[in-house]
Amino acid sequence: MRRLLFIIQKEFIQIIRNKAILPMMTVVPIVQLILLSYAANNEVKNVNIVLIDQDHSSYSRLLVSKIQASDHFTIVAAVPSQKQGDDLLQGGEADVVLAIPPNFERDFIKEKGAGLQMLVNAINGQQATVGAGYLGSILQSFNQEIGLDAMPKLASQRTQPPPTISITYSNWYNPELNYKYFMTPGILGELVTILIMVLTAMNVVREREIGTIEQINVTPIRKWQFILGKMVPFLFIGLILLTVGLTAGKLIFDIPIQGSLWVVFAFCVLNIAAVLGLGLLISNMVDTQQQAMFVAFFFVIIFILMSGLFTPIESMPKWAQYLAVPNPVAHFVDVMRKVLLKGSGFADVAYQFKVTAVMAVVFNTLAVVSYRKQE
Amino acid sequence: MNAAITAHHLTKRFGDFTAVDAISFEVKKGEIFGFLGANGAGKTTAIRMLTGLNRPTDGEATVAGFDVYRQSEKIKENIGYMSQKFSLYEDLSIRQNIRFYGGIYGLRSKEIQEKTKQILETLSLEVYADKVVGELPLGWKQRLAFAVANVHDPAIVFLDEPTGGVDPATRRRFWEMIYATANLGRTIFVTTHYMDEAEYCDRISIMVAGKIEALGSPHELKEKFSASTMDEVFVSLARPK
Amino acid sequence: MLKIFAAFVKKEFYHILRDRRTLFILLGMPVVLVLLFGYVVTNEFKDASVVVLDNAHDDLSGKLRQQLEASGHLKVKADLRSYEEIESYFKNGAAKMAIVIPPNFGSDFNARSNPQVQLIADGSEPNYALTLVNYASQIIQQFQQSQAGAAQLPYRIQVESRMVYNAQLRSAYTFVPGVIALILLIISAMMTSLTIAREKELGTMDLLLVSPLPPLLIIVGKVVPYAVLSFLTAVMVLVLGYFVFKVPILGSLTLLLSVCLLYLIVSLALGVLISTKAESQQAAMMFSLFSLMMPTMLLSGFIFPLSSMPMILQVISKIIPATYFIEVLKGVMLKGLGMSFVWKPIAVLCGMVVVLLGLAVANFKIQKK
Repeated sequence: MRRLLFIIQKEFIQIIRNKAILPMMTVVPIVQLILLSYAANNEVKNVNIVLIDQDHSSYSRLLVSKIQASDHFTIVAAVPSQKQGDDLLQGGEADVVLAIPPNFERDFIKEKGAGLQMLVNAINGQQATVGAGYLGSILQSFNQEIGLDAMPKLASQRTQPPPTISITYSNWYNPELNYKYFMTPGILGELVTILIMVLTAMNVVREREIGTIEQINVTPIRKWQFILGKMVPFLFIGLILLTVGLTAGKLIFDIPIQGSLWVVFAFCVLNIAAVLGLGLLISNMVDTQQQAMFVAFFFVIIFILMSGLFTPIESMPKWAQYLAVPNPVAHFVDVMRKVLLKGSGFADVAYQFKVTAVMAVVFNTLAVVSYRKQE
Repeated sequence: MNAAITAHHLTKRFGDFTAVDAISFEVKKGEIFGFLGANGAGKTTAIRMLTGLNRPTDGEATVAGFDVYRQSEKIKENIGYMSQKFSLYEDLSIRQNIRFYGGIYGLRSKEIQEKTKQILETLSLEVYADKVVGELPLGWKQRLAFAVANVHDPAIVFLDEPTGGVDPATRRRFWEMIYATANLGRTIFVTTHYMDEAEYCDRISIMVAGKIEALGSPHELKEKFSASTMDEVFVSLARPK
Repeated sequence: MLKIFAAFVKKEFYHILRDRRTLFILLGMPVVLVLLFGYVVTNEFKDASVVVLDNAHDDLSGKLRQQLEASGHLKVKADLRSYEEIESYFKNGAAKMAIVIPPNFGSDFNARSNPQVQLIADGSEPNYALTLVNYASQIIQQFQQSQAGAAQLPYRIQVESRMVYNAQLRSAYTFVPGVIALILLIISAMMTSLTIAREKELGTMDLLLVSPLPPLLIIVGKVVPYAVLSFLTAVMVLVLGYFVFKVPILGSLTLLLSVCLLYLIVSLALGVLISTKAESQQAAMMFSLFSLMMPTMLLSGFIFPLSSMPMILQVISKIIPATYFIEVLKGVMLKGLGMSFVWKPIAVLCGMVVVLLGLAVANFKIQKK
């Protein structure tokens, strides 16, 4: 047991002395947290629209003013011809082109209906759908309005209006649908997991590259002592990182902390234990730091993209959902969001605790087994 | 039991390549045993088998009375090792390095303190005790590495090319340390390709292409090959037949 | 001289080819990325779990519940008895939305007293909540119309809407150009900076610098294999996109590949520039990761729309080469644009090449003295 303490002490000294690590633990994650929280935003706030009004009627002006009043649209140009609209779409200045044909108002009243043409730049399909959706709801209310306006001019008299259902909706936990409340806790979970994994993946292989590992291997130290000694300092780094991140998130984005921080930290410890095992496993498998970086990097990308951080796991195909089970990032992101935003308690995230505990045992056993003192 | 190390038909193969080919020898307690050979002759592989870093393919060997196959961890408690790659932590201070290695060999805090004091005194490094090892000149680093390899008072010390890359004066000083250690009754097993260093050893073996081609005291070998220096002995052995 | 140079390049190739693990990752990563983006990273929802709290238990509420499930995208996880139960389903994530049907739903509807259906979404996932609520509202509206029968309002606007350039709304259209930009950057910039930093760390760089080759040629020699490798990978991604995800290449292939080459040179220059500064592999890695990879992924419009970002990030995006590269790629591949439409971003990239190469060479000379 005493031997373990000496390894831990030595790792701490090395970490503190390493000039690159301290900023990596503090400045870099905070910058990332801020940057990502702002950048990783799937809201579509601003749609650039070009209008082609060939009708110039009171109805068409009403429509234009309705679009103008919407927060979602910026009218970049009003052009007379379809050709000019197409060019703006092609050049990327416009996301949407809406054409109001000549005689729109007359047709609407006379023919009980009229057509509009909407062109959407759909290269980014998701944005296109959202943008078209915004415009669709404006058009719907516009339709209601001018429909009622046209009504009295109609000869036919209806005795009774159609039956209706009204819909109200509310969003719990995040009534304003603040995207940062959603992203920041998740990003923090991802950052802690990834940073620890990369740091540990490079750690043992670095000793191998320098040659100090050989000196360790001729000592009577046990494999688990060595591995455990490597882990404890990184556990501390992870916890510091989490603390710094939570503080920054609270101060900068005012993220809600509904649940118990004990649950968050307890899960963090478990999660780091699992990730450390994985990092050390990688470290044992490779020969150079460069390889370690690439293998770690490979995992990082897969872990992040499949973690549900940016897109919901529920939307993934079944096989990908199964792959999310042994993904430590996925569980940490999930737990952070649930506990911080919804105030979920231990019982609500017991599943994540269980899975992560299994991962911790498996990864660390593999790490100890794959570490060879003898060739 | 009088032998510190015994090897019998000890063999290591890497795939088709036989690095060490059935070598047999015995090292007596308290002896300085020189393990000579050209680069690539198999010296390092042999030393790595004896220290438990490599598992032998075939043959038998004991170190300090323990079997290399089954008791390699026991062996590790009884040996010190200094590899040809400098293996102290360059980003730790001298004091921290001694403390760390003392610690993982299971020394008590008081013992570590005494050892630190003693090593710093012997090497006259007291002023630099809290300096990072990476800033020391190579010769000092090597002597420090040797002292650290001895921190737990092992019965046998393995030195793999300990004097690579330093000037003759520094090498001399290094050998003085080896003698001092041997005088404490420790067995020294040292590999080198400097033939003049062979003269400092009690007995030597010369390895060529994985096999031990000659074994004896420097004096015996010179007589046997009717040579005046070890260099000549070596040249006549290494010459292709 | 040319012979020495050729030998040198050959040696670098051997280095790369021998390191199977790295090679595997370099070639495997783009494939994995493309497949992940193609199949996994999607915002559309299927089988979203909802719970229903039916306070009416009449004919109409039963029909509505049926209609919700029949839509195919909503899965009713449970029928609740009380309002209080909703919370527990949200907290462990078992359901994302609750649909509350008021008492006397059917009779109120027929009496035209406008019964109120309440949608409660788990707002902790804003986009998901938004989409779910919109989707459920649509279903309820359709339901209302189908129940109202003939009694509907006349006067309808027919909107003819066309999704231009990507009629099927495939996400591959955005991520294939993005992945190409990322891959070219990773292999060219990161790998180059790493190998050069490695030679520095091991001390072999000095050995190369005293060789008869001029230093600039040595760097070029180190860079060429990675350039070839990354170019091949970029082509591989294009081919994958074309055949697996049906991403078209409407514009000129020559123009497309030339722009890839141009961007490749920008990346290589960045890599060399980093390596002149970074003394260790770790430093080179960290620098590449945080100053190249992250911005390219986040701020080039690859994953997240630039237009929704704060002004400062939009400004930063203007100095990221990938922003321009992706713009050209999308233009040429998806819109079939020619040189006359994309010359501006291309000119910016050319400017970047000149500046970066100049900086790299200047820094390298200082180092050699």
